[in-house]
Amino acid sequence: MSTLRDLRRRIKSIQGTQQITKAMEMVAAARLRKALTKLESSRPYASKMQAMLDNLTRNITSLVHPLMEKREVKKTGLVVITSDRGLCGSYNHKVIHQADRFLRNYEPGKVVLAVIGRKAYTYYSKKPWEIRQKYLNLGVNLNWAQVKQISNGLIALFLSGAVDEIYIIYTRFVSTVTYRVTTEKFLNIEQQTEAGGKETYVDYIFEPDPQQIFRDLLPDYCMMRVQMVLAESFASEHGSRMISMGAATKNAEDMIEHLTLVLNKLRQASITKEMLEITTGAEALKG
Amino acid sequence: MYHLSIVTPEKIFYEDEVTSLIAPGSEGYLGVLTDHAPLITALVPGKLTVKDQKNQELFFSVGGGFMEVLKNQVTILAHSIEFINDIDLERAKRAMDRAKQRLRSREQGIDIPRAMTALRRAENRLHLYDEILTKQ
Repeated sequence: MSTLRDLRRRIKSIQGTQQITKAMEMVAAARLRKALTKLESSRPYASKMQAMLDNLTRNITSLVHPLMEKREVKKTGLVVITSDRGLCGSYNHKVIHQADRFLRNYEPGKVVLAVIGRKAYTYYSKKPWEIRQKYLNLGVNLNWAQVKQISNGLIALFLSGAVDEIYIIYTRFVSTVTYRVTTEKFLNIEQQTEAGGKETYVDYIFEPDPQQIFRDLLPDYCMMRVQMVLAESFASEHGSRMISMGAATKNAEDMIEHLTLVLNKLRQASITKEMLEITTGAEALKG
Repeated sequence: MYHLSIVTPEKIFYEDEVTSLIAPGSEGYLGVLTDHAPLITALVPGKLTVKDQKNQELFFSVGGGFMEVLKNQVTILAHSIEFINDIDLERAKRAMDRAKQRLRSREQGIDIPRAMTALRRAENRLHLYDEILTKQ
């Protein structure tokens, strides 16, 4: 049986925790809003560039750029994107779970990893797979230099022949409460082969020649892809953190309520007991 | 009249019906009027002139990118773009100095093409800034 003092102390400590989770929820909400604006504003560029590339590849079938080259797969690269920090619900767990399922199909020597985010790094540094590249502490303010560094790093990995294809596992932001863990091919860049329904063959004028345009466009395209998956991941992470911290705050509330009830009951009981003692004492004196 | 949208990685910079435009293509400046043939071109740093619906001319400074013309729908994917009046002279000067320094240093591991494009972008901004000054 806990004493009144114990109970009061526990309530106080839970209130302290609640304050922290509440603050974290608010910070996550602010970051989510920021990440969302960034995500939304970069979507037009991404979709237009994707459309342009599709138009290009649909109309030129003969041309092969090194980044589009389909090679026999001897080694696979896998990029795993997690957060740097914890306390964001099952976010990192879900990503790593999917990554593990992906890795199960390969022998340890056949895959190299590129990890983004501290959580993935700490997890996979204890595993047999080789971590070829790691990018930590990207933070909230993602800038172009960072995106470029990652994109170029992955491109170099592919072009040097160290890997013959690269996949990315990240979370696609659906809404604040939902995100979907997604595996996507990053390199080689798939060629749009099907005639594409309504889109018919367009006789483009190319200036300069298509080869040169590909050479300029594809690195930009890769950067755009990296930027998009990071933006999606960040938004999901902050959404997940906001929700889980909100739940924690609510749980703390419930606990405080329950403990307060117990506390009051105990207090009542002790008062009643005291009263009883006083009255019986008085009775005894009278008698 | 046709539809023009200029997008950068950060946002949709400009979207409207326009009469014509002149863009800095990689093979030289080129004009796009209504019903232009399908075209894809790389853009180099330079001046983009757009004539809007009221035939008013708008000037932009483009830092390279791509342009696609398809069925009266023109899309410009720009690495960077701003209205000519918004050019930040100091910043352009600093960028130019930095690029020049990098090119001069002849150290190993210098990304020469990158420094060259940075230099060209800065030169373009300074050039356009001068141009707008002399006009006024």
